[in-house]
Amino acid sequence: MDVRSQVSMVFHLDKCIGCHTCSIACKNIWTDRKGAEYMWWNNVETKPGTGYPTKWEDQNIYQGGWERNGDSVSLKGAGKLRGLKNIFHNPYMPVLDDYYEPWTYKYQDLFTAPEGNDQPTARPVSLVTGETMDVKAGPNWDDDLGGSPDYARQDVNMQKLTPAEQEVMFQLERMTLHYLPRICNHCLNPACVASCPSGALYKRGEDGVVLINQERCRAWRMCVTACPYKKSYYNWHTGKSEKCVLCYPRLESGQAPACFHSCVGRIRYLGVMLYDADKIEAVASVPEDQIVQAQMDIYLDPFDPKVIEEAKKNGIADSTIEAAQKSPVYKFVKLWKLALPLHPEFRTLPNLFYVPALLPSVGTVNNGIYNSNTNGLWGGIDTTRLPMKYLASLFSAGNTETVAEVLKRLMTVRWHRRNVTVGDVDEKTVNAALEDTKMDTATADAIFRLTTLATFDERFVIPPAHREESIEMLENTGDVKGNTGFGFKERPARGL
Amino acid sequence: MFNATLNQFLFVIFPYAALAVFLVGSIYRYKNKGFSVSSISSQFLEGRKLFWGSQPFHWGLLILFFGHLIAFLFPRAVLAWNGEPVRLLILEIASFGFGLSAFIGLGLLILRRVTTPRITVVTSKMDVVVFLILLTQIVSGLCVAYFNRWGSSWFAAFLTPYLRSIFVFDPDITAISGVNSWWLKIHVVSAFSIIAIIPFTRFMHFLVYPVDYLWRSYQQVIWNWDRRTIRNSTKHSEGEKSTNN
Repeated sequence: MDVRSQVSMVFHLDKCIGCHTCSIACKNIWTDRKGAEYMWWNNVETKPGTGYPTKWEDQNIYQGGWERNGDSVSLKGAGKLRGLKNIFHNPYMPVLDDYYEPWTYKYQDLFTAPEGNDQPTARPVSLVTGETMDVKAGPNWDDDLGGSPDYARQDVNMQKLTPAEQEVMFQLERMTLHYLPRICNHCLNPACVASCPSGALYKRGEDGVVLINQERCRAWRMCVTACPYKKSYYNWHTGKSEKCVLCYPRLESGQAPACFHSCVGRIRYLGVMLYDADKIEAVASVPEDQIVQAQMDIYLDPFDPKVIEEAKKNGIADSTIEAAQKSPVYKFVKLWKLALPLHPEFRTLPNLFYVPALLPSVGTVNNGIYNSNTNGLWGGIDTTRLPMKYLASLFSAGNTETVAEVLKRLMTVRWHRRNVTVGDVDEKTVNAALEDTKMDTATADAIFRLTTLATFDERFVIPPAHREESIEMLENTGDVKGNTGFGFKERPARGL
Repeated sequence: MFNATLNQFLFVIFPYAALAVFLVGSIYRYKNKGFSVSSISSQFLEGRKLFWGSQPFHWGLLILFFGHLIAFLFPRAVLAWNGEPVRLLILEIASFGFGLSAFIGLGLLILRRVTTPRITVVTSKMDVVVFLILLTQIVSGLCVAYFNRWGSSWFAAFLTPYLRSIFVFDPDITAISGVNSWWLKIHVVSAFSIIAIIPFTRFMHFLVYPVDYLWRSYQQVIWNWDRRTIRNSTKHSEGEKSTNN
């Protein structure tokens, strides 16, 4: 057993209102620079929709992620021989137009335009060429199902549905959507790291954050292809790739990453997960229908004395083990089984989990009256407006059972809380639901609390980096003993 | 007299200056300016035209580079191969083909840079220098191959002794100054110019071609410190800085 710690995340989609505050927080801190204007390390998509970059989920186009190869996995569109062969021209690399051409406006024209009969306008200009342009796409061009025929209908996950089922989804009174905020998953089996020919990408041992060494990146661009989530971006100005750094300078000082901190819906949770690094390859190589369960099994119980012992042996700090025990991610993912990885079939073992949205169920129209009441215990789940097959395509590699289980558990919490707060539900129904999902009232209450009332410190359990060690992460303090201070490399010698 | 001085400058002083600048400059840049070392690929801004330029250009040049290297290192083997006229013909035609491929590729790349607004934006002054010198190198090479035929054979007589004399620090330019071809002289001088400007241009990228990727493990985990040493430490100041895994 090789116990390692990983800073992992949960996004509760039921609470996401699609306000993009996270994206703006991230943009202002990290990507408001030349060459990075088009990058959204954090972006929020509308589902169904084609996303950013367009159709990123379609690996027939982008060839990202891993594919099963006998007992192991191999990179789909990159790898040692393929990477070195395609180094002069990478056939699977998305270009600027697959994202969008970033632009600004000629605001000055509003002031300097000569007097005339028309209102002056601020024309859009490209941030790449500086020339005036027609804006044809943006990072959220299909926000809230805008342009559905072109975007939502082209959603790759739709391919899992029959044409008839697709038609039903697009009837006006049945249409629905949910938001999908995305950042780098800081995967356990990162395809970007594996694909980098110069070895610039790496996973930090201490907390599992995946980073790109800007000094070593040589613009071979394979990470852009290999990341199936398209969360590695090429900076066209500096000639270096960049990606979400999980605000590691903030993490090291005990602060939540900016997108987490700024989330108004409080949908985001961050905490440590302990996992067994020996199992990574085996887990990444299981058949598709077992992959979610296999990934869940790689995470270890931080209360298990044997795990604690092994963790200590591996040099994991006591404070980190304690953080793992308090981790909200551990609760959502392992204990309560409410959160699922996005597209586990890409086999990168992502560490960002989503609690799927409990969408309103489809109503019936009787004599012209729309009736959204549902009868039966799980009535709201089987007839949810986004078909189970669609949700399963997003979160469980097509396994509808897994998603149904999660939704049932979410529903049970609602039944229970409805009974506690309003009391108009039949006690028997609630008990049946609890029994069916093998949950007790205490668990349901805990889920309710962490979902709705959790404080900042409950949502973000960040293991202390130990300030003294975070300096040591950068420099050997022994080396600079007797010097003027950190940052000065030369000894203060006596002058002539 | 003037010719002798010129030859001395072009084929002794200049090559040594170029090699010195190359060595010092590229080591310094690699060590201290790592952030600036990049192939600065522009595929992200334009992909389709790049394919038709970049592929023939790079593969052509790569094969020619190794061809020159083999001719320099193993002149006997090349001469033995060229013993049969048919084999000589095959070698010469193939080399010329790769030269043409590099030439056409370079032409398409220049065209792409000039005609694509997005690419023009990311073109620096040094890129223009790079294009001009590459053009000189490839055109002169093609002209040598065409006007002074069977270079693969006379390389051993004229260039191998000269280059070897340079590399063993005993410069002897009798062989090369005896050559009566301006194209060849241009070709040699421009080759050393390319070497000289490597540290100042994007040429740096071929020094960092990632062959080590072939034997590296796919996943890379880096601990800033050796965790076990720190945890089990009994001493005051601890730990070796650990690198990969």
